[in-house]
Amino acid sequence: MAADKKMKILVVDDFSTMRRIIKNLLRDLGYNNVVEADDGNTALPILQKGGIEFLITDWNMPGMTGLELLKHVRADANLKDLPILMVTAEAKREQIMEAAQAGVNGYIVKPFTAATLREKIDKIFERIQPGGG
Amino acid sequence: MARQGADGGAAMEEYRAAAQRLLECVEAGDAEGAQGIIDDLTHLRETELFRELGTLTRDLHEAIKAFHYDDRLVDLTASEIPDARERLNYVITMTEQAAHRTLTAIEDCTPLAQELSDESARLAERWHAFRRRELDAAQFRQLNRELEAFLEQVQGHSQRLSQQLNEALMAQDYQDLTGQIIRRVIALVEEVEGNLVQLVRISGQRMSDEGASESGPGKEEVAAERMRRGEGPATPSDSSDDVVSGQDEVDDLLSSLGF
Repeated sequence: MAADKKMKILVVDDFSTMRRIIKNLLRDLGYNNVVEADDGNTALPILQKGGIEFLITDWNMPGMTGLELLKHVRADANLKDLPILMVTAEAKREQIMEAAQAGVNGYIVKPFTAATLREKIDKIFERIQPGGG
Repeated sequence: MARQGADGGAAMEEYRAAAQRLLECVEAGDAEGAQGIIDDLTHLRETELFRELGTLTRDLHEAIKAFHYDDRLVDLTASEIPDARERLNYVITMTEQAAHRTLTAIEDCTPLAQELSDESARLAERWHAFRRRELDAAQFRQLNRELEAFLEQVQGHSQRLSQQLNEALMAQDYQDLTGQIIRRVIALVEEVEGNLVQLVRISGQRMSDEGASESGPGKEEVAAERMRRGEGPATPSDSSDDVVSGQDEVDDLLSSLGF
């Protein structure tokens, strides 16, 4: 089963250019319901307000990093099951393992392609939806 | 710059005694005696200068020694600065590649858009002629074939156009990646600046209260903190084993962890 194209997605990256790129790619994939935040500190209140069904976040951001945001979300009773995809330039094995342990659902290293983004989103929603692959 | 205190006081006493004897000699008309006292005074002054110079040399030596023991500074000069140079060179390469990627996409799109515009204008003209009943049956059949071919061309061209627009879109990721690298270099420059200020401070005054051990965080602390905050993009100089080389390796690593 594929992901719901109407789901509300939060894209968190401190670089507005990267947020635009991801937003455009998502639009190409049919996802038009996208909101943005520039770091973990601005993302958390948006998440806590509710309604976000998928989180795409960078790691390296001033203020709250993506890893800290990931840990906050997993520690929050209302948000803990939110699917999270990390899209980051952080490429150390140790870091990828740390993100995996913290409960990330997918990990994409920058620079990435439109095909990679589609593949990872599909994979995440196949796994979390009952009856999916 | 003259040092006050016990040394200075003793020297002043010697000066005073010599000055009194000099005055006595001058008043008594003893030129030879006066000359001798002036020589003594010059000697006294030189001794003072040498002592001062000795103190300064020792301070400088201590300062240099202190910096020599500072691992972080050694690390900065030995690896971080050359590393920063490499990173900035990588920024040049990345921005250049991104610009070329975008320009190539534009150069590819421009003639496609031009062809569509020219051909649609020509066919619109023919279509209007048909609506004005100016075409005979053979000309209409010809127009039909041309319209069909044009529709196919529009389909192919627009597909190619959106592909190239996507290419131009993806090329803009350089701004994020180079921005992260430049930020890291700025942090390094700030650190070097801080160290230079400290160098000036401890060479400008005697090192009394603060010792060599009092320097910034150790190498490992810096590395661990950086890892938590995020390192920024890997550059070709980072081609070590602990860095993945692309998405395939990320996928392998995650699947080995049961993902």
